[in-house]
Amino acid sequence: MDSIGSYFTAIAQPKGLGNLSRNFGWSELIFLLSAVRWTLLLSMIAFAGGAVAGLLVALLRTAPIAALRWIAIGFIQVFQGTPVLMQLFVCFYGLPVLLHVEVDPWPAVTIAFMLYSGAFLGEIWRGTIQAIPRSQWEAARSLSLSYLQQLRLVILPQAVRIAIPPTVGFLVQLIKGTSIASIIGVVELTRAGQLMTNVTFEPMLIYPVVALLYFALCWPLSLMSRYLEQHIDTNLSTKWSL
Amino acid sequence: MNYVFHFGIVWDHWRDLADGAWLTVRLSAMAMVLGLGLSICTAYAKLSRVAPLRWLIGSYVEIIRNTPFLVQIFIIYFSLPALGLRLEANEAALVAMVVNFGAYGTEILRAGIEAVPKGQIEAARSLGLTRPQTFRFVILYPAVKVVFPALASQFILMMLGSSIVSAISAVELTAVTNSLQSTTFRAFEFYFVTTAIYLALALVFRAVLGGLYWFVFHRDRPA
Repeated sequence: MDSIGSYFTAIAQPKGLGNLSRNFGWSELIFLLSAVRWTLLLSMIAFAGGAVAGLLVALLRTAPIAALRWIAIGFIQVFQGTPVLMQLFVCFYGLPVLLHVEVDPWPAVTIAFMLYSGAFLGEIWRGTIQAIPRSQWEAARSLSLSYLQQLRLVILPQAVRIAIPPTVGFLVQLIKGTSIASIIGVVELTRAGQLMTNVTFEPMLIYPVVALLYFALCWPLSLMSRYLEQHIDTNLSTKWSL
Repeated sequence: MNYVFHFGIVWDHWRDLADGAWLTVRLSAMAMVLGLGLSICTAYAKLSRVAPLRWLIGSYVEIIRNTPFLVQIFIIYFSLPALGLRLEANEAALVAMVVNFGAYGTEILRAGIEAVPKGQIEAARSLGLTRPQTFRFVILYPAVKVVFPALASQFILMMLGSSIVSAISAVELTAVTNSLQSTTFRAFEFYFVTTAIYLALALVFRAVLGGLYWFVFHRDRPA
């Protein structure tokens, strides 16, 4: 099979050593491409779980009861103030010895990233809930809606609109973040790159390709986030005032 | 749950943890200073009249911001030696952090520069200040002042992100913890304590940066 990497191998390796290793050819490239789905799957699960946790955190953070707000603040502080990698290690190495259970890499990674994105999304969405003008709450209350009805019928529908651009932006951060799952051996894009490097000895070629694949996933989202930021009308105060 | 905690064993190794934490602090502080310097240069270059230079800076920012830090480290540590540039683990970690912070810093500073009123820049130019002088005396100070909180947050994120450089055997706090837990089999205790150390470091750095902001931008300056 024709090898893309042979040209680079000739530069990077002394002659004669090439026989010992595989070259970076189409099958290796396809292996990397197919690992993209694990990165995407992991990001999606983490995002879905994180969205549930994040909504809860955002609601607690803006709740009318001080104790609930403090719980949410503590959660956000801890998860934004510590490295994701540490959260991952606590889930993967720490919890099994604590609870006497075997934890596979996938559940550990999923739990860690759900909590992590819950904290970040919670903080982002808190901002958007608080960005809704006070008069909206008051108007809803004067219509004798209960607190949950005020949220569900008046506040959240408006908050969701302005929450979209930063949420898409966080998705980029999350997709990049999932690369550290490779450190505990989950085979996603970065780990696939490591595996391919181990058999081809061509890091010069493979890691840039891996970076390129991440870029292809993240850049469109970044552009979309920026576009939405400019085109979604976030000027609530003028829009709703008399 | 009938697990018996042994936090004492963590205390027995406090020197190793302190060494690791000290390297984390050093790496982060150096990366912040160098990265801020880099991003001031790139932010200046982004105002250049030479379009290719602007595109170059723009692509640097987009590429770094849309690829994972871990992959950037791998490229610097594993890929560059093939081009004849071989770095020690700690050097590679520092370079990766500077390059990474530089990209985010450029983008943050851009926002600050846009916030400087255009009239001030025109006034400076009409007073005969050259472009570098205008940047140095009129744009930079208010721009950094406006975006300082964002820079501080980005710095904290980078400090926490530095745990990832343990993947290339730079012996900072995370790497020290990894080796300690694997020899003592006390994974929970060690990771719990290290997580707490990172949290404390984040709080301390936040306080220090807050103090720095006050010192540089808020204290009364003699006229």
